[in-house]
Amino acid sequence: MFRPLEPIDGWTRALLGVAFFVLFVGGWSIATFGGFVSDTFLADPLTMVREGWLLLTRYGFAHDIAMTVWRVLGGFVLAALVAVPVGLLMGAYKPVEAFFEPFVSFARYLPASAFVPLLILWAGIGETQKLLVIFIGAVFQLALRVAVSVAGTRRDLIEAAYTLGVPPGRIVRRVMIPSAAPDIAEILRLVLGWAWTYVIVAELIGSSSGIGHMIVESQALLATGQIIFAIIVIGVIGLISDFLFKAVNRRLFGWKLA
Amino acid sequence: MSKLVVEGVSRTFPGHRGGAPTRALEPTDLRAEPNDFITILGPSGCGKSTLLRIVAGLDRPTEGRVLVDGRPVTGPGADRGMVFQSYTLFPWLTVAENIAFGLVESGRPAAERREVVARYVDRIGLRGFEHHYPRQLSGGMQQRTAIARALANDPEILLLDEPFGALDNQTRALMQELLLGIWQRDRKTVLFVTHDIEEAIFVGTRVVVMSARPGRIKTEVPVDLPYPRHYTVKTSAAFSDLKARLTEEIRVEALRASDVAAGAGGA
Repeated sequence: MFRPLEPIDGWTRALLGVAFFVLFVGGWSIATFGGFVSDTFLADPLTMVREGWLLLTRYGFAHDIAMTVWRVLGGFVLAALVAVPVGLLMGAYKPVEAFFEPFVSFARYLPASAFVPLLILWAGIGETQKLLVIFIGAVFQLALRVAVSVAGTRRDLIEAAYTLGVPPGRIVRRVMIPSAAPDIAEILRLVLGWAWTYVIVAELIGSSSGIGHMIVESQALLATGQIIFAIIVIGVIGLISDFLFKAVNRRLFGWKLA
Repeated sequence: MSKLVVEGVSRTFPGHRGGAPTRALEPTDLRAEPNDFITILGPSGCGKSTLLRIVAGLDRPTEGRVLVDGRPVTGPGADRGMVFQSYTLFPWLTVAENIAFGLVESGRPAAERREVVARYVDRIGLRGFEHHYPRQLSGGMQQRTAIARALANDPEILLLDEPFGALDNQTRALMQELLLGIWQRDRKTVLFVTHDIEEAIFVGTRVVVMSARPGRIKTEVPVDLPYPRHYTVKTSAAFSDLKARLTEEIRVEALRASDVAAGAGGA
């Protein structure tokens, strides 16, 4: 059973995956129902579900979720619109790379969360500020990774295109973009995942709506059940968006997986 | 006028990190007439691929020049199609789309592209695989498609850089016959680089033997075997004589090359 890389069948895989969740909730239940942890610090699973239901039905949590999703998508789409073309040019043309690369490499280590106070000064606490946090968090990572992927286009494919009469000005369009497209889609999927962590940070400070805002309010009320529920919601949404992204990629780039 | 003229072409690669520059190719002259099928035979490291890449325009000569129909080559172009040793089909395109790649570039109408693609799919025996992606094909099928892709573009000159080098012996023999069949119909000027002596004789009208380090043309041997060539020609006396002669030429070069390598390794 434990031979390296030995495949397992679908049922075993699903069973093992579910087993961990069961163990996790089991351990949580023992800790809370057994009285090992004070309910001030950690709510039990049933309380969590009850409070989550209340949040959704009574306190308009659905609106918070919608706000957060919109911020993530908005900031992320803006970042992608800037980063993908810039990354393409950086990957394809060495002078463009030489121009942007040092700054982008530096900027991607700037923590997006540290910009929150500054962005509040610049843009207030409205939507612009939230979008900017996501944008800053995603744009440099995206540009750099797209550039690396495009620069890694197989040289022999480019040469083959040359011998088929493609002029240098059209190599990017006819070879580099289609060849890097599946990679770029994967990069987008990955960085979208990170965007979720930035949005919560942005909402923790100076916000009047969103999942992050709800978490801060729940903390003031010591409603740990609500906090855990919110965190789980974020996880589930992340999982769904990841799943959708993967499905679309598989459909668009069948040639890579066929 | 010769279809292709290589005039005093040499190539020196600059040294890495202040090392001594490497002379890959000594000044070389070569002429190819229309319908010539020239095989360039030599041990590895003799600069035969470098010479081919310079003719293709993918590499620049340090000295000398290449003329196609009297016009100097300044870069790659659709008039010189190339088939590479590595599998270079565009993985995101199907067999049919790969074959049509150059035709799309030159703006040929869709109806004409379909017609050309259908013709070449038939010739390389891949009917039924038009909509397969390269990943789904064997190595031999991929190289056949690569040949079709180069020919569909109707180049003046076809350049092949050890195209069957990665294939097993049986597939390789079939591919040689297929290539000959296509060449007899299309009558292109062909430069075919290989290190396989039998292959060089079987497909070529003329074998150019290159020597190693520095690479230069050592001798040219015409192959007077009648076309169409059937695989049985490989067992004929004339074929054996040529093979014995070329084996001797190449053996000396391979020995010299390994001497040089041993000397360099010891230094």
